[in-house]
Amino acid sequence: MIRVRALRKHYQVHERPPGFAAAMRSVFRRRYRTVAAVDGIDFDIREGERVGFLGPNGAGKTTTLKVLSGLVHPTSGEVSVDGHEPRRRSDVFLKTITLVLGQKQQLLWDLPPSETFELNRATYDVPRAQFAETLRELTDLLALADLVGKPTRTLSLGERMKCELVAALVHRPRILFLDEPTIGLDVSMQVAVRDFVKRYNERNGGTLILSSHDMDDVARLCPRVIVIDKGKLVYDGKLEELVTRIRPDKRVVLRFSRPVEEHDLARLGGTVVRHDSGESVLQVRKEAVNAVVASALAQLPVSDLTVESPPLEEVIGELFAHERKTHEAEASQ
Amino acid sequence: MSLRNTARAFPTLLRVGFADAVAYRAEMLVWVLATTMPLVMLALWTSVARDAPVGRYGQSQFVAYFLSTFVVRQLTGSWAFWDMNFEIRNGTLAMRLLRPIHPLWGYAAAGLAALPMRLFVSLPIAVVALAVVGARNVTHDPLLWILWAMSIGGAWTLTLLVNLLVGCAAFFVESSVKLMDAWLVLFFVLSGYLVPIDLFPRWLESLADWLPFRFQLGLSVELMTGVHGRGEAVALLARQWVWVAIALGATTVGWRRGLERFAAYGG
Repeated sequence: MIRVRALRKHYQVHERPPGFAAAMRSVFRRRYRTVAAVDGIDFDIREGERVGFLGPNGAGKTTTLKVLSGLVHPTSGEVSVDGHEPRRRSDVFLKTITLVLGQKQQLLWDLPPSETFELNRATYDVPRAQFAETLRELTDLLALADLVGKPTRTLSLGERMKCELVAALVHRPRILFLDEPTIGLDVSMQVAVRDFVKRYNERNGGTLILSSHDMDDVARLCPRVIVIDKGKLVYDGKLEELVTRIRPDKRVVLRFSRPVEEHDLARLGGTVVRHDSGESVLQVRKEAVNAVVASALAQLPVSDLTVESPPLEEVIGELFAHERKTHEAEASQ
Repeated sequence: MSLRNTARAFPTLLRVGFADAVAYRAEMLVWVLATTMPLVMLALWTSVARDAPVGRYGQSQFVAYFLSTFVVRQLTGSWAFWDMNFEIRNGTLAMRLLRPIHPLWGYAAAGLAALPMRLFVSLPIAVVALAVVGARNVTHDPLLWILWAMSIGGAWTLTLLVNLLVGCAAFFVESSVKLMDAWLVLFFVLSGYLVPIDLFPRWLESLADWLPFRFQLGLSVELMTGVHGRGEAVALLARQWVWVAIALGATTVGWRRGLERFAAYGG
C-alpha cells in the first residue's frame, strides 16, 4: 500500500550569527546550509497496518508524513501511496488520504466547525446521506453535538482537535496520517483522542500512520514502529521487539502492606530502581522474573505486584544514544 | 479536481466565503472606510477644477470619474495576495492543498463571496453619482455598457491573477509583501486610481496603454464615463484580455514551480 525507497528531502537554510554586523553582512552575502530533513529512508506499509513514527523533534517524522501526503516534494527517492505518486496530488489520491496536523488547523477560525464540515463535504463530493451518517457517527464517538455550532475561535484546544478529526474524516479516507494529534492537550483529552482514533480504526479499518513524540500515543495505537533520528531510519519493526532488544529487563513493581527495608529487596536479586516505604520497583533480567516474584511473595508482605516493561521513553532514549555512539565511532575511523 | 466537481462545490465555497466575510461587523465598517481614497481624490480634483477645467475634466467630470473609480474598485478589488502570502509563510497552505479542489479556486471564491457586501456599499454610491452628476456624464450606449460589464470581469480576473502571481513569489523569497507594495504603488499611479490617465504627459499615457495596471481599473472607469467610442473600446477590451491570458499563464507557471519549493513549515 505504501512504498518508500531511498527517500530524501533536503532544505537550503539561510544561516547567520546574531548581531548588527552579521545582519548587515547577510544583506550582501548570504550563507546557506543544506539540511537533510530526511536522508535516505526505505519502508513498506501494508493495507490495514497501524504504524507509529517515533523520533525526537527535528528527526524527520513530520517531513516524511508531508511527503507521503503530497504536501512536500521529495528531493529524491521513490514514494508510492496506494499506487499514487503523492506529489501529483490527484483527486483520487486526495480522497483516499487524510492528514491531521496537531499544530495546524483546517477549521475556519471565525465560523462554527459545522461550516468546515460542509465545505469538506462539497470539496470531497461526499453524498449528503453518507455525510449525514458519517457526521452522526463521528459526533457521537467524540461527544461533540453541542460544539459544532459555536465559532471555532471560542472552542478550547481539545475541543478544536476533536472537530479537526471530524473535518479530516468526513470523506471516510482509507489512509490516515496523524501528526502529533495530542500535542498540547491535557491528559484526559489525550486519552479521549487516542480512544477515538483506536475505536474509529477498529470500526472502519484503514491504514494508520501516526507520528508522535508522545510514547503513550504510539504504544497504545501502533503494534509496529518506525524510529527516525536525524533523517535516518534507525528501527523498523514490532514495538515489543524493540523494547526486548534494547531493554531485555523487566520491572517488578511491588506494593507492601507494611514498610520494608531496602536490603530486604536487594536479597531478591535485580536492581532497586525506586524504593519507598509503600512501593518499590526492581529491575530484573527477563529470565529471572519468575524466581524474583516467587521470592518476593514468600519473603515480603506483598499486597500487590505487577510486572511491566521499562518505560518506552527510556527505551527510545537508549536506542538514540546507541545510534549516536555508533555514528561517532564510524566517523572517527 | 475536475471542472465539473469544482462547479458542483463552488456554490458551497461561495456560501461559506460569504459567511466568513460578514463574520465581523466592526471590521466590515473599517474596511468600507478604508476604501474611500477615490472620494478623497474627488474632493481634491474638484477643488483644483473650480476655476477652470483640467484637460477635458471640469468639476462634474471629476465627480463622475472618481465616483466611477470608487464603484469599479469595489467590484474588482482582491486581497488574495495577503491570504496567500501568509499561508505560504506559516505553512497553512497545506490545509488547502489537502483538499481535492485547486487552492486557487478557493481564493477566487473568497473574493467573489465578498462581492455582495461590496455591492451593498457601491450601489448606493452609484445611485448618488447618477443623481449628483446627472446621466449626461455616463455613457448611454447599451453596447458600451455590455463592454463595461466584460471589462469588470476582466479587471476582476486580472487583479485576482496579479494577487496570486505575486503571492506565488512567496514560495521563492519567503515573503513577497514588498513586491506587492511595489506593485500597488505602480497600480495607484498608472491605473487611473489617483489621476485620470489622460491627464498624464503623452509619453506616460502611452506607457500606461501597454502596461497591465490600466486594465485593472482605468479601462472600466473610462467605459463607464463614455470616454471611448465602440471601436476603441473593443480594441482596449481585447488588450485587457490579452493581459488576463498572460497573467493566467504566469500564475500557472509560478504556482507549479512554487509548489516544488513549498516546505509547509510549522508543524
